[in-house]
Amino acid sequence: MKFGVVRFPGSCDEVDAVLACEQQGDAEILWHGDRDLRGVDAVVIPGGFSYGDYLRVGAIAQFSPVMEAVAEFARDGGPVLGICNGFQVLCEAGLLPGALLPNTELRFLCRQVDVQVVNPDTPFTRACAVGQTLSIPVKHTTGRYYAPDETLAEMEDAGQVVFRYAESWNPNGSVRDVAGVCNRDRNVVGLMPHPEHAVDPLTGSADGACLFASAARMVAA
Amino acid sequence: MTTEAAVWRDLGLTDSEYDLICAKLDRAPNGLELAVFSLMWSEHCAYKHSKKLLGRLPVEGPHLLMGPGENAGAVDVGDGLAIAFKVESHNHPSAVEPFQGAATGVGGIMRDIFAVGARPIAVLDSLRFGELDSSRSRYLLDGAVSGIGHYGNSIGVATVGGEVYFEGPYEQNCLVNAMCLGIAPQERLTRSAAAGVGNHLVLMGARTGRDGIGGASVLASAELDSEDADKRPTVQIGDPFEEKKVMEACLELLDRELLASLQDLGAAGLSSSSSEMASKGEVGLDVDVSKVPLREPDLEPFEIMVSESQERMLAVVEPAQLAAVEAVCERWEVRCTVIGSVTDSRHLRVYDGDELVGDMPVEALVDDCPLYGLAPEQPAEQIYPAPRRTLAPSDDVAENLLALLGSSNIASRRPLFEQYDSLVQSRTVRRPEAADAAVLQLRHDTGGSSAIAVSIDGNGRRVACDPYWGTVEAVLECASNLACVGAEPLGLTNCLNFGNPEKPHIAWQLSRSVDGMADALNELGVPVVGGNVSLYNQSGDGPIYPTPVVGMVGLVPDAARAAAVGIGFREEGHTIAMVGTPQPSLAGSELAKLRGEPLPTSLPDIDFAAVERAQDAVRDAVRAGDLASAHDIAEGGLLVAIAECCLAGDIGARLDFGSADVDWAALEPYMFGEGVGGFVVAGPPEAIGSLAERIPLDRFGIVGGDSLRVGDGARLDVPLAELRGAHGRLGGAFS
Repeated sequence: MKFGVVRFPGSCDEVDAVLACEQQGDAEILWHGDRDLRGVDAVVIPGGFSYGDYLRVGAIAQFSPVMEAVAEFARDGGPVLGICNGFQVLCEAGLLPGALLPNTELRFLCRQVDVQVVNPDTPFTRACAVGQTLSIPVKHTTGRYYAPDETLAEMEDAGQVVFRYAESWNPNGSVRDVAGVCNRDRNVVGLMPHPEHAVDPLTGSADGACLFASAARMVAA
Repeated sequence: MTTEAAVWRDLGLTDSEYDLICAKLDRAPNGLELAVFSLMWSEHCAYKHSKKLLGRLPVEGPHLLMGPGENAGAVDVGDGLAIAFKVESHNHPSAVEPFQGAATGVGGIMRDIFAVGARPIAVLDSLRFGELDSSRSRYLLDGAVSGIGHYGNSIGVATVGGEVYFEGPYEQNCLVNAMCLGIAPQERLTRSAAAGVGNHLVLMGARTGRDGIGGASVLASAELDSEDADKRPTVQIGDPFEEKKVMEACLELLDRELLASLQDLGAAGLSSSSSEMASKGEVGLDVDVSKVPLREPDLEPFEIMVSESQERMLAVVEPAQLAAVEAVCERWEVRCTVIGSVTDSRHLRVYDGDELVGDMPVEALVDDCPLYGLAPEQPAEQIYPAPRRTLAPSDDVAENLLALLGSSNIASRRPLFEQYDSLVQSRTVRRPEAADAAVLQLRHDTGGSSAIAVSIDGNGRRVACDPYWGTVEAVLECASNLACVGAEPLGLTNCLNFGNPEKPHIAWQLSRSVDGMADALNELGVPVVGGNVSLYNQSGDGPIYPTPVVGMVGLVPDAARAAAVGIGFREEGHTIAMVGTPQPSLAGSELAKLRGEPLPTSLPDIDFAAVERAQDAVRDAVRAGDLASAHDIAEGGLLVAIAECCLAGDIGARLDFGSADVDWAALEPYMFGEGVGGFVVAGPPEAIGSLAERIPLDRFGIVGGDSLRVGDGARLDVPLAELRGAHGRLGGAFS
């Protein structure tokens, strides 16, 4: 199992993501300027502030050479996980439905929250149980998930809502407590909470490890 | 030598300093040279009023790898690794524009850290504002916190701790001190001395603009007054994305040994960075300002030399390595331009193309600024007015406790630290308010179990009461915080924030404070690795409280043990005890402040040995895994500390202070008084029992219930929810 973790200029959490992936397999950094995905089995778009995020979060990264390759990889069914800024990038790139808006409090917020697994049938939740609660931190200014009502209804019917904030834990005003979603084919998953910051009890929680373990299990199977 | 147009005075130079410059040059300086001299000879760069005093501080210790004089100091944390760290002020820029002032303060201190080859891993901040009922204070607080978060969050360095106090004397002069820690293989630690005649001088990073022109002399070394708005254009603007790229490029360049030396551009920009590199390397430098990439086309040569545009680094590169350096910079999309060369002239020569526009001996710039002795004089009486009364004196214990918990200096800092990423880089074992010190594991660096702990401290009001003992308290308190997570202190960085040192009573504060710091550090055996001085923090309303801020870094042998002990009580039935023999007194305490009592002119003497014994005992017990919780008793005294343990653990406590007919008035100093050297600890009864065999301790309670109760509850029985409500009051400052 080999994970590829994309590094944009301005990525911050890519080393953390590599550490989390390395608990489950091999991992290497994919440079934003390269089109070559180096034969990885799964791609992680990490958190941070790609290209500074001065225009609109995630807006520039979608045009990078590596994202062209990632989009093709995703179209071919390859598993792709976007975390925080990575989620924003995937939404901007049209690989995931919906958009991320500024938090209702309009401030950066770093907080450990409870997240529930809604759909365990994705490459990144296969090792989780329905309704399982994961303690995972969020840290973002622009994490309020939004999609129009009719889109959301379709998404819910199609199992595209993968994670929800547990009751009373919604930190940012996301519609219907949505914390993470997937595409119709379910191979592309994005979420605002940071599972890579929850892979070690010493630093607060190991609940996020199951996302990476899920991907490893899928490839092994 | 003075003339009618004594422009040097506007630049902050005295007539005699100007005469001395003329003597050093053997002629009158031109405009560019005068601008450079005025910055290099400012308090900010030359420490002309503080250098003599700073010589009293200990600067050697067994773990010291790099001491004062470099961009940052560094200590040995084992496994071939170094931790570089430094605290620096950005007070005056933050008073003018809090968001950018604080943001560029964080950016500046990070550059100091990666300039020595260390990857920044954590930031802490120390903030002071006027009372929160002032809209200006809330504006400054909001701006500074947003600015710190903006920079640290965006660049991927965790903000793991800090402190903030609100006191009247900071109303016009807020303090924004930022501390950064970085990690490096010891062999990568880099010094800034320029070397190798003929080597290239390479400027990396952002283009140079007009921001920060004159910052060091106009902003950093003059008293602020009501015309601050006029100075707004001189505050620097931060771009964390640019800094992130510059940082990654520099660390890669150092890793690949492509640089001969590296220096960040901070106060006084190219002037100070180039002359300091030349001075340390005992060489000369030729700089061609026409080569410097500009943000706006019409900058004068002198403006290019003094601009404080952010996110720039200066490196010395051997000609053979230049192509490789350029390739690394290109990959990181970082601008990199040869702007000059190393010479043997011992002069800083400034060219504009072929034209020589400035020629100054390096020694004159860096070493020849006159140093001034201070004329300290103890004032006959307390110079600070009594704080405004916000709490009527009462013997109602619950009322006093709730007022303290909700007071701006004690209430939970959660509304601040939740605006900071405290997790990035996966080192944070102890997050803000989980323990008295932040704990950062080194497992990803060493493969081992060790961690470092870090805390930043300084209570200006206590120092205003007694500059000597107040400063001793700050240092000991910092060490106590480290002891609570099992850490042994390795080194300290300081930022001395004071008023105008040319005034005798401020000189006295400064002198006594440095004496206190020196004595405390000598007792602890901890060296100063570097720091910063910020003087002239005063306005028409008078000086700030004297505020020495100290940041201490310690080593924790086993991160898992530290992670098991926090502030919070953990388990019903655990014994609660106080370790140590502090001499708590209400004088100068938070309760006295709320009651509007005048500041005393002295604090009780401190028994160093007793404090150290208590610290050693707590540290050892934490390291042994005997304790469930450990918390230093600080602002608000014993009862506040216990309430904080309850809140952090979400469990109550039952206390017993003796017989039922206890004299409550006499007990007040014990419950609410302040004095360093006491700890609230909790653990299984047998663990507390064995700790009692080592050190005297006072067992007075049991963990349990959902309230904080004393005795039968007649005098105090406050539900946790009510404590939490009071403790959460700071959130209102951000709405």
